[in-house]
Amino acid sequence: MPHRPILHNRVALLLAAAIAAAALTLPFLGFAPNRLLSGRPVALWAALVGPLDWLVLLPGVVVLAVPFLRPGRAVSAAYVAAGVLLAVGLVWLAGAQAARLAANAAPAARTSFGAGFWVMEAAALLAAMDGVRRLGLAPAWRIAVGAAAAALIGLLLASGRLDQLSILREYANQRDVFAAAVARHAVLVAAALVPTLLIGVPLGVLAQRVPRVRRAVFPVLNVVQTVPSIALFGLLLAPLSALANALPGLGIAGVGPVPAVIALTFYSLLPIVRNTVEGLDGVPAAVREAARGMGMTKRQIFWKVEVPLALPVFLSGLRITLVQAVGLAAVAALIGAGGLGAIMFQGLFANALDLVLLGAVPVIVLAVAVDAALKLAVSLLGRRAA
Amino acid sequence: MRAGSTTLRWRMAFLTDRLTLAVAVLVALVLGMPLLKPLFAAAFPTLDRPLYEADSFLTLTLDHLALVGLSSLTAVVAGCAAGIFVTRPSGAEFRGILEAVAAMGQTFPPVAVLAVAVPVMGFGAQPALIALTLYALLPIVENTVAGLEGVPESVLESARGLGMGPVERLFRVELPLAAPVILAGVRTAVVINVGTAAIASTVGAKTLGLPIIVGLNGSNQAYVIQGAVIVAALAVVLDFGFDRLAALSVRWRRG
Amino acid sequence: MITFDRVTKRFEPWTAVDGVSLTVEAGEFCVLIGPSGSGKSTLMKMTNRLIVPEEGTIRVDGEDIATLRPEDLRRRMGYVIQNVGLFPHWTVERNIATVPTLLGWPKARVRDRVSDLLDLLKLDARRFRDAYPHQLSGGQQQRVGVARALAAEPAILLMDEPFSALDPITRGALQAEMTAIHKATGTTIVFVTHDMDEALKLANRIAVLDHGRLVQFGTPLDILHHPANDTVRDLIGREDWGLKLLAVETVGQRVRPEEDGAIGAPLPADAPLRQAIAEMVARGTDRLPVVDAGGRPAGVLHLSDVVRS
Repeated sequence: MPHRPILHNRVALLLAAAIAAAALTLPFLGFAPNRLLSGRPVALWAALVGPLDWLVLLPGVVVLAVPFLRPGRAVSAAYVAAGVLLAVGLVWLAGAQAARLAANAAPAARTSFGAGFWVMEAAALLAAMDGVRRLGLAPAWRIAVGAAAAALIGLLLASGRLDQLSILREYANQRDVFAAAVARHAVLVAAALVPTLLIGVPLGVLAQRVPRVRRAVFPVLNVVQTVPSIALFGLLLAPLSALANALPGLGIAGVGPVPAVIALTFYSLLPIVRNTVEGLDGVPAAVREAARGMGMTKRQIFWKVEVPLALPVFLSGLRITLVQAVGLAAVAALIGAGGLGAIMFQGLFANALDLVLLGAVPVIVLAVAVDAALKLAVSLLGRRAA
Repeated sequence: MRAGSTTLRWRMAFLTDRLTLAVAVLVALVLGMPLLKPLFAAAFPTLDRPLYEADSFLTLTLDHLALVGLSSLTAVVAGCAAGIFVTRPSGAEFRGILEAVAAMGQTFPPVAVLAVAVPVMGFGAQPALIALTLYALLPIVENTVAGLEGVPESVLESARGLGMGPVERLFRVELPLAAPVILAGVRTAVVINVGTAAIASTVGAKTLGLPIIVGLNGSNQAYVIQGAVIVAALAVVLDFGFDRLAALSVRWRRG
Repeated sequence: MITFDRVTKRFEPWTAVDGVSLTVEAGEFCVLIGPSGSGKSTLMKMTNRLIVPEEGTIRVDGEDIATLRPEDLRRRMGYVIQNVGLFPHWTVERNIATVPTLLGWPKARVRDRVSDLLDLLKLDARRFRDAYPHQLSGGQQQRVGVARALAAEPAILLMDEPFSALDPITRGALQAEMTAIHKATGTTIVFVTHDMDEALKLANRIAVLDHGRLVQFGTPLDILHHPANDTVRDLIGREDWGLKLLAVETVGQRVRPEEDGAIGAPLPADAPLRQAIAEMVARGTDRLPVVDAGGRPAGVLHLSDVVRS
């Protein structure tokens, strides 16, 4: 009794249902007379003016159809494409409607994303992710799909079609501040990485070889990692200001980028040291013995055998470190380190929600991008090794 | 005498235990901070108010714990339920996407998630609670799935073969064996939430982060230190506490 | 009694069990043997509905098992698998008590039963009752596995290659234990293996499967003397067929009822011929005295009688 199910993909069905429910019941956009007032809701159907607007919904129909189609590579590929196109199309539609609303409103009026937009956007991206998974693509190709979606949205941004959305209006006001903040954010992360690697890698190698060092290092680093970032920033404040007062010439201060970099370094050490140790631990004893048996010196064994084999694990530690540092650098804005966190907290303290998004969304994008880049590096490395 | 010395040794072990010590330090800090006022006054002679007195540290600590506890508890219930669902045959289809979301979501910095919650939900404790819950869900779901997947196939087969039903298998075999891994996920979530809850005072939730934020904005280092020390102690206490729970959950592995 | 009636199970695209009909009598020690992929494990797992057949019926004591709740059915049967599958977070006692507890036996009865089973499987209760599985050797773990399967006094015991992962000495000891337990309890045993020596040693009857079909079903001697086809011959092993025969036939079957002519320690009549040959070589003789189960002289075994087939 071969049982033939009608539903081949319940995930797609759930996502399509979420999209439909959000489209019908939740506000797609919010339209406010100025940046401090909350807006009146704009439904999705109100944004569907021209025939091109309706076309945006077509991928949504495809997602809805997927569960009823016999599964195969073509269906999965269409599913991925539908997810990506819907995600991009919704952004485009929001930008187009914002432009239409702005045309008949005072210059201070703002159009921002509504809950409906966020739910549909998330569901569309999840559909793309689900499809990519069903296609069984290699990690590098998965990242390529993500990069393609990001590139399409980047194109929309560059084309100016989104300029009337509130977050971009905010960006237009803060263009210079924003660019400086992004640069500062990157500098903070990079500046913390240098001491982290200089201390962390040798410490990791040492800890892997000397059990006593290992037993001493990890409890300390674990406790440091446990202490919340805002508390560590606060705790460094007093000793560093004292140091600054005692030695005024060194450029040290209790607030600003220097304590931020010091605190980021403390946090970054644990993943780097841990993964250095784990990577080296993971080198099979038999491989080491074979290398010794073939007459390699200790130095040769380290550089030619242990380092290449430990590299993927080390890189995944680097990935964790960098993703974590991107987030912690945002918190560091509280002690005056600047960066995207400064925009975000400025928005929170001033009750300017678009400013909050202008700070927070790029932090998320940056973290996801760093994560993807290092995953790509690990997967390419893995392919070379295989 | 001999019995007495065992009790004594047991007492000594309890007193020198690091969890006990950490709890003692935390309680002393929370309740005794006002006593340190002269110390802060001496250390920061330029400050008019060397002690944060707008709220009692006990209230802030309890509010902080309530925020962390409520969000973590909700996340444990929802996360375990989701993890259990996707490891049953009926939910297997959702497993891949759930794991992808959990992995990807954890790259989102918690502070950014907290900030994004404000435009969507407004200021106050509610958006903080929701952001913290969502964020805590990710490691818990991930570890629940990993823990349940890690139960050896032979153990599951013998449980089935001996006549355990699905519910008995789940509660008597699978969950106890997955407990250490699930607990590690809860620990990750709680430790992150303690820190994020502190930052949540910037979105209008009253937590131990408040003295720090007020201090930073008003250049009052004494406030910053008072808040930071207690938050740090709280985080360490919870971490040590989870260490203890982890040891309990694998007691059968020893000996 | 277990009756398989034209049972078929497909795992697309292949057929694991193809129309097998077979009756295992009550109290029998039935071994299912075959090369890997022959369907022997699948057939056994259909007995307690771990696998559900597409066609055919399976009856246990006349009752169609498809009509029973799987959990109830399984609690009536013992089940032992190759990787033991003890619950690592439970003590030996609690592991053995699994099914009695599921059945709601009173505590005192469970405890007594665990003690009896530890004795039966030759596990020192003081040492093992409160031990955890990881503290046991592989052989001890499988002893606990067998005890757990026997705990609720099942009429049927299912064993899926239970001793394959053990070293030869431990395996031999457990095989001897199984023979003794079978004799003592009269439990119907269905035992899956790919090892013909094990099958010959343990079975009352052997069912040979190949590509999902039942190729031959008979006593060990039947199988050795009249192998149905090349698959069976391959399983026996063409080179050491003679040794296998010596392992199956007993001294009693070849003894001459004469009184004199042999000296030295006598051999029991139920010892396998292989043991007799070993004794002859060791003692440098071609005849051995034989005694029956009661220790009374039963005659003399001559080498020439062993060799004649």
